[in-house]
Amino acid sequence: METDVTGGALEVELRQQTPIPLDCAFDCAPGELVALVGPSGSGKTTVLRCIAGLHRAQQGAIRCNGATWFDGQLSLPPQQRRVGFVFQNYSLLPHLSALDNVMLALGDVPPAERAATARNWLARVHLQGLDDRRPAQLSGGQQQRIALARALARAAGGGVLLMDEPFSAVDQVTRRKLREELARLRQELSIPIVLVTHDLDEARQLADRMVVLHRGQALQTGTPEDVLLRPVSPAVARLVGLSNLFAGTVGMDSGKPCLEWAGRRLAIAVPPGDTAAHDSCHHAPGSVVNWVIPPEGVLLHRPDRPSAGDAENPVTGTIIEALRMGSFTQLTLSIPGEPQPLVFQASSHTIMRNDLGPGRAASVTLLAGRIHLMPGD
Amino acid sequence: MMDWSALTLSLQLAVMTTLLLLPLAVMLARPLAWVNFPGKGLIDALVTLPLLLPPTVLGFYLLGVFAPQGALGQAWLTLTGRSLVFSFDGLLLASLLVNIPFAVQPVQRAFEAIPREAREAAWCCGLSSWQTLWRVELPLAWPGLASAMVLTFVHTLGEFGVVLMVGGNLDGATRTLSIAIYDRVQAFDDSAAARMSLLLVLIAFVAVGSLHFLTRKVGRRGN
Repeated sequence: METDVTGGALEVELRQQTPIPLDCAFDCAPGELVALVGPSGSGKTTVLRCIAGLHRAQQGAIRCNGATWFDGQLSLPPQQRRVGFVFQNYSLLPHLSALDNVMLALGDVPPAERAATARNWLARVHLQGLDDRRPAQLSGGQQQRIALARALARAAGGGVLLMDEPFSAVDQVTRRKLREELARLRQELSIPIVLVTHDLDEARQLADRMVVLHRGQALQTGTPEDVLLRPVSPAVARLVGLSNLFAGTVGMDSGKPCLEWAGRRLAIAVPPGDTAAHDSCHHAPGSVVNWVIPPEGVLLHRPDRPSAGDAENPVTGTIIEALRMGSFTQLTLSIPGEPQPLVFQASSHTIMRNDLGPGRAASVTLLAGRIHLMPGD
Repeated sequence: MMDWSALTLSLQLAVMTTLLLLPLAVMLARPLAWVNFPGKGLIDALVTLPLLLPPTVLGFYLLGVFAPQGALGQAWLTLTGRSLVFSFDGLLLASLLVNIPFAVQPVQRAFEAIPREAREAAWCCGLSSWQTLWRVELPLAWPGLASAMVLTFVHTLGEFGVVLMVGGNLDGATRTLSIAIYDRVQAFDDSAAARMSLLLVLIAFVAVGSLHFLTRKVGRRGN
């Protein structure tokens, strides 16, 4: 028996001043996974609790599958919203068996079919033969699977799946397995899924779109690639932990915009068809900007074998740290005229062969296509 | 010899007090455990008060309120045609008031121990407040409910001061086992007093033993 999991979009718009400020709006299409990311205290969990009806914002609107759940005045109780909620600490009911925990969410299924439907959900999260166990007799990973099955059983048919740091309480191996499982399960679900996480890797792996929250405010909404490579502001870049965030000025070099930084002129490029990056060229010459370059956009020159590509945005600095991390080494380079260091990676093999270490000079290329400009702060 | 009517009366009083007080305790303990409202400290203090007052003092005040001239006694008399003093009605009412701390406090602690997420998870599963109470809160609070029941039951059996003040010592109407024991001692009938005392000890022992059994069973279920 396959249970059909379909539903309509979720639209969320929340504003309040107290107890914690909120000012955010986003939507989530059926089958889409939106990750709310941000530091602790940024309001991620409060947003999730508002969607579930466990917290009431002062203003805003929440609509799901065409039904209004909240509009500032009206606020449906959690029972009348179709919300599958996976709590951080599982929140299984300790006095109920695995099967009974899932059956609890099946109040509107005819009683005769509840057990079979619940078993079906447990099978879909790959948990079979443990129906009669109580939560305390199961591992953290197993408990979280039951919590997921219970939430899915509730959200199926026009609801939403909400997950609050669902994998934070389990060990790393289990976390990886559960993430894979969720990624697989997602392909069969066509309900909106909202995931709260502070783990950017998790967001990148699972999310179609990310909402970056800071003090309750949505600073950027976009694909993980957009947010991580093309943050809209230095604040977002800092929140998602980007290294290589610098300040510079837009200049002109033979009729083309360029970046003036630490006494150098860097070429900037717009990859064809990349509209988001194109926006970065709208900064008028003379305006102060912040810019980022991902570590992958920094290429180490080989002193033993110079290549033609070395002519692109060459920068020379002094190595202040060489941190070996398996087959790669993370290098921190001090650039003259720039207080912030440049961080990038090179193969440990290359580092050893060229005897590169702290105190040695090194030259790198900053790939023009990977430089992303933002309005300065 | 054993005063059988006193034993029956004591058991009747203890069972009725326990059964009537338990739902009241749940209704009182839930908001005290979860909701912050103005005057909560005062209610907390009032709930504990019967535990702190000397039973004779409490009995003396109740006697004043229960008397036919007293506010409550008069109302009860017009309502039911029965007196609240020196009657089983009055004894039961006094017993309910005296036992409030014994019933409310364990239940309150038990509700406080239920994690907020457990109730929220139930709501998100679609359970109404009423269903959440029956299927989640009461099963989780069960050890607290069981100890409230045992404490109330045993304490009612042993209550002396308040019962004597409010009920007096009427054979078959208000003479409970503890008063019968006092009565026998006054009459130098030590062997009857000893037998009845032993019976009270045994009842208390069985009650506490069954509490351990009940809560251990629940504990095992949870593991």
